[in-house]
Amino acid sequence: MILDGKCPTGPIEKTWDKHRFDLKLVNPANKRKYKVIVVGTGLAGGAAAASMGELGYQVEAFCYQDSPRRAHSIAAQGGINAAKAYPNDGDSIYRLFYDTIKGGDFRAREADVWRLAQVSNNIIDQCVAQGVPFARDYAGYLDNRSFGGAQVSRTFYARGQTGQQLLLGAYSALSRQIKAGTVKMYNRTEMLDLIVIDGVAKGITIRDLTTGEIRVHMGDAVCLATGGYVNVFYLSTNAMGCSVTANWKAHKKGAFFANPCYTQIHPTCIPQHGEHQSKLTLMSESLRNDGRCWVPKKKEDCGKHPNEVPEEERDYYLERKYPSFGNLAPRDIASRAAKEQCDDGRGVGPGGRGVYLDFATAIKRVGEHTIKERYGNLFEMYEKITDEDAYKRPMRMYPAPHYSMGGLWVDYNLMSNIPGLFVLGEANFSVHGANRLGASALMQGLADGYFVIPYTIGGYLAGIKPGDYSAEHAECKKSVEEVKAGIDKLFSIKGKKTVSEIYRALGKVMWENVGMARSDESLKLALKEIPKLRDEFWNNVNVTGEGGDFNQQLENAGRVADFLEFAELMTKDALVREESCGGHFRVEHQMPDGEAKRNDVDFCHVAAWEFKGVGNEPELHKEPLKFDNVHLAVRSYK
Amino acid sequence: MSDHNTMNLTLHVWRQKGPNAPGKLETYEAKNVSPDMSFLEMIDEVNEDLIKKGVEPIAFDHDCREGICGMCSQVINGVPHGGQDRTTVCQLHMRTFKDGDNIFIEPWRAKAFPIVKDLVVDRSALDTIIQAGGYTSCHTGGVADGNTILIPKPEADYAMDAAECIGCGACVAGCPNGSAMLFTSAKVSQLAVLPQGKVEAATRVNAMTEALQQCGFGNCSNHYECQAACPKGINVKFIAKLNREYLKAVFE
Ligand SMILES: Cc1cc2nc3c(=O)[nH]c(=O)nc-3n(C[C@H](O)[C@H](O)[C@H](O)COP(=O)(O)OP(=O)(O)OC[C@H]3O[C@@H](n4cnc5c(N)ncnc54)[C@H](O)[C@@H]3O)c2cc1C
Ligand code: FES
Repeated sequence: MILDGKCPTGPIEKTWDKHRFDLKLVNPANKRKYKVIVVGTGLAGGAAAASMGELGYQVEAFCYQDSPRRAHSIAAQGGINAAKAYPNDGDSIYRLFYDTIKGGDFRAREADVWRLAQVSNNIIDQCVAQGVPFARDYAGYLDNRSFGGAQVSRTFYARGQTGQQLLLGAYSALSRQIKAGTVKMYNRTEMLDLIVIDGVAKGITIRDLTTGEIRVHMGDAVCLATGGYVNVFYLSTNAMGCSVTANWKAHKKGAFFANPCYTQIHPTCIPQHGEHQSKLTLMSESLRNDGRCWVPKKKEDCGKHPNEVPEEERDYYLERKYPSFGNLAPRDIASRAAKEQCDDGRGVGPGGRGVYLDFATAIKRVGEHTIKERYGNLFEMYEKITDEDAYKRPMRMYPAPHYSMGGLWVDYNLMSNIPGLFVLGEANFSVHGANRLGASALMQGLADGYFVIPYTIGGYLAGIKPGDYSAEHAECKKSVEEVKAGIDKLFSIKGKKTVSEIYRALGKVMWENVGMARSDESLKLALKEIPKLRDEFWNNVNVTGEGGDFNQQLENAGRVADFLEFAELMTKDALVREESCGGHFRVEHQMPDGEAKRNDVDFCHVAAWEFKGVGNEPELHKEPLKFDNVHLAVRSYK
Repeated sequence: MSDHNTMNLTLHVWRQKGPNAPGKLETYEAKNVSPDMSFLEMIDEVNEDLIKKGVEPIAFDHDCREGICGMCSQVINGVPHGGQDRTTVCQLHMRTFKDGDNIFIEPWRAKAFPIVKDLVVDRSALDTIIQAGGYTSCHTGGVADGNTILIPKPEADYAMDAAECIGCGACVAGCPNGSAMLFTSAKVSQLAVLPQGKVEAATRVNAMTEALQQCGFGNCSNHYECQAACPKGINVKFIAKLNREYLKAVFE
């Protein structure tokens, strides 16, 4: 099937305005007759629930944490982009649009990206009105910085906690609607199934994580804003509870999964310290403005104290390989280069999985004081975790899984191929193509939540009868029974392995074979290993406790079970995509100098997969991508 | 990376099946703990051992494990988050302990935070306080350009200092009265100092302090244990600010 993204046509700068006008409206008096279910209350879901509640819809919102204020959006440090062009440095909606298309390596839809760039400015205004304390200059104006290699300063920030402040802004708007009674919030509640009646999404089946109760919630439409899936690698910068579960359950009910192989590996994270590590911590990419990456030239030097390795014995590999960009090479390139050095046996620190990020030259140039002013909080955080003083010896860094560009397929209205199912934020695939630029995920989450879904959902709801569902429908009963049966099955195994043991093993397979560099061989190996682990899980896992209780082992087991299925799809997608683009690097497809080699003739499309049963071949549907406004060109960072 | 050797510890952990079940401290051994592990990773390992022995693992709240979501919440040796300066329990590392240590691990204890299970408590009362008025009543869309109202840098910085609160509830757990004054005052202060929030300052401080009482939090009697317990270093000056805002509201 050739998929249609239903993008409006005509001059790109008019597309969103025209589309908004063309959308059908729901009469204000009728809005309260419609119920909308929002799963996930991070930036995307929190903003969506608050805005739709304010419009007058009845909203029910869900999150797995004990409060909507804790979604993983909270961890974003760097900032949020907008095309305000306040610094008068030549930025514009068009430039933000252009940068995002190019940064995504020409694998995103033009119309969606244009809209994102257009509404980016409204987001900043909205957040200011909410009381988000963005950084200001001495004249009282909003401050900007340049971020992620952009040539303009378009990033707005709130100290090193931009995500936290934006999320608390959305949370406050959500809290206001909860108080007003337009949004009913369900904390510590996990969605475990999507209810589809006659081909239309009408509800969800959830587990109350405190009491263990399984029940259905029905509505006229369902929005998933459940975040990303890079925890498929086990170790990542995501929170412990981030999972693919909500997306995967929807996928099993018919929603297409788009570009699952597009994942982003962030180059500067604190390396793993041992086998017991539970998560990885990101260090802002801004460190590369002053830090120089190196590893010893000789393997024998890797165990030495870094300060004892003489200058001529150090390999400043980024400066050597990319003389013009040097240490500021883009994320995907910097990550792969670090991995290559370590694979070559010249990594440092535990397990040889680390490279140095050295500030000695910068300290000599501008003084320790200035470096402290620039990065003091990061050096402190680094010391807390590693017990090393980065003013005295270089930091150790290693790349870590960070973000998923892939997600459920959606059309221009953010609706999946299942009518009534909408997908927002990191959970959808829409705007970042094969690689996401820094400071643009926060922008996307809030764009989707505040300024896209409130309009587009109206267009859908206006065409259906409100309240046209019943919790007594056979599909609801079936869904509840299936969820319960799945849980019973987990308890019945009583095997010898813990959930974490199998999860770690999966992470290892994925990281080694479907991580930063993928080959035909490694992907085929992963496709052999994943089903074995899945078998091992379903035959030999031990889930303790009971279902009718607060049970974190059970929660985790369910999430891992879904990752064990999803991992296979992700790997297949990587195998079929015989090109390198953005975060997806196939070693067979590279330029002589090691750069990614795209294949626009065969792969300038979105790969959207249809579920055909666990272990069965999924069916691939393609949505061709057209570039009418940005010329398809090869990215170059030399 | 530190060069210390691994250590063996004895944990005394609060176990409680449910909100109404009796609870007690159970003793577990944590063996071969690496000093580079985080406190929660140490508990992960103890839990793996318990599962292998057929004992239900210890329930505890956590999510981001980088000190920002506010989910982790444990009283360690009598101190919320373990007492290391500006550090959440998820950022606490085992190198601050030594071989042979006895460690007492308990949940947040406060009337307003009923225990859910083991170390997990119900903090929804904090959400209730925010719902009472911890926002500006702006509508989505239709707001002014972000630079229309200038905000002097010191005020923006002051608001940011207050806004750093992660809502973990350590201030409540640390307070002898179980008061949520520091938490409430941080939000009141952040919004009262910004022009966008000033308009509703009086109704906000009234509504939020009233909710504070209704939720079963104790009164503030200026012990300032809250500031000592706060992993983000939220300053008690915000409590003074709340009191001023409250008086202003009364006289208005
Ligand atoms: C360490 C870090 C730093 C980052 N820094 C930046 C940055 O500087 N700039 C930038 O633009 N982006 C950054 N990002 C990316 C960005 O933060 C995220 O992509 C974005 O915040 C995701 O928002 P979201 O609303 O889609 O999902 P999330 O914030 O992850 O929210 C997901 C929600 O879904 C809920 N949920 C999930 N599954 C279920 C289920 N089954 N049932 C019920 N509820 C469920 C959760 O409870 C939560 O409420 C960073 C990411 C990380 C990890
Ligand atoms: S787990 Fe998020 S702050 Fe500790």
